[in-house]
Amino acid sequence: MNPSPVFSEKIQRTITCIGAAVLVASVTLYLAFPVVALFFRTTPELFFSSLSNPDVISALFLSLFTSTISLGVVILVGTPFAYVHCRNDYPGKVIVDTLIDLPLVLPPAVAGLALLVLWGRMGILGQYLSLFGISIAFTTLAVIMAQIFVASPFYLRQAKSLFEQLDPVYEQTARTLGASPLRIFALITLPLTANGLVSGAVMTFGRALGEFGATPMFAGNLPGVTQTMPLAVYVGMEGNFTVGLTISILLVIISFAIMIAVRLLARREASNA
Amino acid sequence: MLDAIIHKKLRDFSLDITIHAGPGEIVVLMGENGAGKSTVLNSISGLVPPDTGSIQLNGSVLFDPGMGVNVPVENRRIGYVFQNSVVFPHFSVRDNIAFGLLAQHKSPVFIKEHVEHWMSATGIEDLADVRAGNLSGGQKQRVALARALATEPALLMLDEPFTALDADNIRLVKELTRTFVTEMQIPCLVVTHRITDSRDIGDRVDVICRGKKEWEGRPDDVPVCACRSEDR
Repeated sequence: MNPSPVFSEKIQRTITCIGAAVLVASVTLYLAFPVVALFFRTTPELFFSSLSNPDVISALFLSLFTSTISLGVVILVGTPFAYVHCRNDYPGKVIVDTLIDLPLVLPPAVAGLALLVLWGRMGILGQYLSLFGISIAFTTLAVIMAQIFVASPFYLRQAKSLFEQLDPVYEQTARTLGASPLRIFALITLPLTANGLVSGAVMTFGRALGEFGATPMFAGNLPGVTQTMPLAVYVGMEGNFTVGLTISILLVIISFAIMIAVRLLARREASNA
Repeated sequence: MLDAIIHKKLRDFSLDITIHAGPGEIVVLMGENGAGKSTVLNSISGLVPPDTGSIQLNGSVLFDPGMGVNVPVENRRIGYVFQNSVVFPHFSVRDNIAFGLLAQHKSPVFIKEHVEHWMSATGIEDLADVRAGNLSGGQKQRVALARALATEPALLMLDEPFTALDADNIRLVKELTRTFVTEMQIPCLVVTHRITDSRDIGDRVDVICRGKKEWEGRPDDVPVCACRSEDR
């Protein structure tokens, strides 16, 4: 006997619901479990006691310092660059667009090697700098340069799309009222895109903080000079595992804070729109 | 006095038109959507320069490729109220109206007096500290008008100023426009596609069709067929 159509529809719906629940649960758990496991591997006492470890402290401060500088450079140079790029047509604009996105798909190790080939002591440009006694590779400056290289696309892409999406009528109105381009940029364009720019900046900071591949290639792994948090985690695997664990947990906490900040900003932007 | 001769190649046709408006005169530009009305205003304001032609305002040349003159938008002294009541949403009403005066580096005392004057003239003094993004359509339009007039423009241009407004606000904006244009004795161009608007506010009507002036005359005489618009 065939089941009634109503009954079979009910079964079908139940199976769909279960299937969906399993799918959502498995994706969520796959992503969340490893992160949660980090917290279970240590104890609060061990975590707080290793916070005072000099390797943890120096990696934390070096990471925060270099990421902040990187972010500052990206914002100060990237914001006007993205604006000029969006508002003008120039030959080779498509190529520039592609180059901006390149670090997103380029393996970070390749980025690090490329920076080394250019700026290293024997590098194409670096050899001339070394004539003046200037050395970039394997310094804190190299850490910052590597971070800027890999993290800037996050900000530039966001800034570009915000400037492109902003209704031109605001800037046009300001022009007819006699405002100079600089005044319009500062008083109209920037405030109207500020929330989106900040969320782009937060993502950039996060990427700079987590930079791992390019840094050891170009800047090395010197504690206190170029050993950022992700590098210290890697070193911890071979030496003091607790230190690696503590830094990892710190990075997870910071990453979470970044994601929450981006979400809050996105919500504020949506409510302002 | 405005004298503009505009030639510009557009996507589907070319704009070839002569616009004239005397002091205190409101000239209404009518025509279907896409006829080139807004392009005329954008050309005169300098936002979209014509290919050839000339634009003169009160005897001074704003645009003339033959003479190598193309005055930048910000120096043309044209009050331009765009479609859809554009206000700076992140500024208060007061700061919106002060924007042009600040850009012109007027003194703080002058700005304060002028802003108060224009807020009271357009009936928005109660809204002085309200963020402009939170205003209604009619309020925004009055802010846009006050902001344009506060800069003491030599020409006023309004692009579809009555769409998206209710009947009371349409009447109010029309009255305000007429009053200020007469008081300040400046030429004024109003783009609309409704015959009723042109009758209420216009001294003269130019009907534009596919970039050419199809008809010119008094608002009461506009032939019904001259602007084939669904919305009269």
